[in-house]
Amino acid sequence: MSDPGTSPTEADGARRSTAARRRFLSQVAAAGGAALVGLGLGAYARQASALPGFAVRPPGALDERAFLGACVRCGLCVRACPYDTLKLSAFGDGVAPGTPYFEPRKVPCEMCPDIPCVAACPTGALDRGLEDIGKARMGLAVLIDRETCLNFNGLRCDVCYRVCPLIDRAITLDMQRNLRTGKHAMFIPVVHSDACTGCGKCERACVLEVAAIKVLPTRQAKGELGHHYRLGWEEKAKAGRSLLPQDVLELPVRRPGGGS
Amino acid sequence: MTRIPGREAIARKGWLRAHKWLLLRRASQLGLLLLFALGPWLGIWVVKGTLTSSRTLDTLPLTDPFFLLQSLAAGHPPYREALIGAAIVIAFYLLVGGRVYCAWACPMNIVTDAAAWLRRRLKLHSARATSPSMRYWLLGAILVASFASGTLAWEWINPVSLLHRGLLFGLGAAWAIVLGVFLYDLLVATKGWCGHLCPMGATYSLLNVSGLPKVSALRRAACDDCLDCYAVCPEPQVIRPALKGDGSPIVSSINCTHCGRCIDVCAQDVFQMTTRFHHRRDGHEQGTDHIADRLGCGSARPVQ
Repeated sequence: MSDPGTSPTEADGARRSTAARRRFLSQVAAAGGAALVGLGLGAYARQASALPGFAVRPPGALDERAFLGACVRCGLCVRACPYDTLKLSAFGDGVAPGTPYFEPRKVPCEMCPDIPCVAACPTGALDRGLEDIGKARMGLAVLIDRETCLNFNGLRCDVCYRVCPLIDRAITLDMQRNLRTGKHAMFIPVVHSDACTGCGKCERACVLEVAAIKVLPTRQAKGELGHHYRLGWEEKAKAGRSLLPQDVLELPVRRPGGGS
Repeated sequence: MTRIPGREAIARKGWLRAHKWLLLRRASQLGLLLLFALGPWLGIWVVKGTLTSSRTLDTLPLTDPFFLLQSLAAGHPPYREALIGAAIVIAFYLLVGGRVYCAWACPMNIVTDAAAWLRRRLKLHSARATSPSMRYWLLGAILVASFASGTLAWEWINPVSLLHRGLLFGLGAAWAIVLGVFLYDLLVATKGWCGHLCPMGATYSLLNVSGLPKVSALRRAACDDCLDCYAVCPEPQVIRPALKGDGSPIVSSINCTHCGRCIDVCAQDVFQMTTRFHHRRDGHEQGTDHIADRLGCGSARPVQ
């Protein structure tokens, strides 16, 4: 920086250079402080970016990390929700402050066909590519506790199955033998990830004190098969015949008590 | 013995005239808040959303440029309506002056004004403040952190949006952060938040380059050096070049919030709200002041 003065005396010059040095140092301190805050925020964002288990994002929400970079925390989706399902997270709720979420056990998503929350989002954090609410994947319902589920105990509760907006597609009842009584059936609710939207009606309706079926973030609920795996029966159906040559394998048949 | 800023102006001009700009600002701040709150409180939906992004009468989109910046840094270009909303906001503040947001719209201003008022009343004297350019460094650091984390980094703790959103959607534990800002301004650093730290204000400072209304020390010859304007100004470093320099009397620093409080408290009526084209003397142009002065990190050397 050049000084504008015309003929500074030496003392004047020294004072100015001290002032310039002080100014420079305060800039360095400010820059250092800002860098520390930036680092802290970056690190905090990294560890706080996971959505807690009780919270589900609105339909069309991008993957959690992308969502946190896209959502401007305006609350327009919350205002658009006609059922007061969506809430805006307050500081200290455990969900990134200002972002929308819902708790299915309290108020589930009613799956409006016109998806007003997505239409209201100005940024694309809720993706307008979602046009059919049946294709929403807010999460995945999981019958997580077989020990308390009434159907697993041989009763015909079926409430989760009955309330499912995609009954017989997202939840089916699978009949099994009741080995405890030996003479009854059990109707086991089975969730199918290719149809479940994660709306949470099942979790809301579960008659237990604490729901046995819960909507979980899809990432936590789903396994993933190794990509080299092939399911024989599917391959067979695709090919229209067995892919195994019929005469390759000949295994000995062993029966109890010897004999073959 | 200690002078209370504004006392003399009240005695001379009357209470109302000595609070004119303050009252106008409070009306603007509260009116804006009311517009947002009419919906959630009374079910009258004029404006939906928050100051970060809103829709007025279901047509006009508005988006805060600071949020857009963070979102872009995080790697997410938003839909067109958020971009249009930000363009409208940017155009508006280029026209009226960026920091008008801070003094006339931001709800945090009421909190920090209260802290400053209490501080003067309790005669607490200044302790350590960071450099006023801290906010620009912070703004840069936030954008880098947004880029690195892929999230809107400042929104984990942004006291301004936490407060505004809290009033409309439920405060949660955000009161603690707001109280923190209040106590910081009260006990740690005079005008510490709005005048030194807030990166949202820094964004609006960067838009504060072409605003039409300007505070001007038009009658600076009448100044009796009472220092009341310095005491109440949220950015006291901006006054000196206009008041004591021999260039343009217009307060041209990008950090001036156009709050007009200096006009209120001056018993000599030195300051006026004018336009940037008003009263150029002897061919002195706006742009002659040093860039460091405009950023508020330079010395208080006179303009020119």
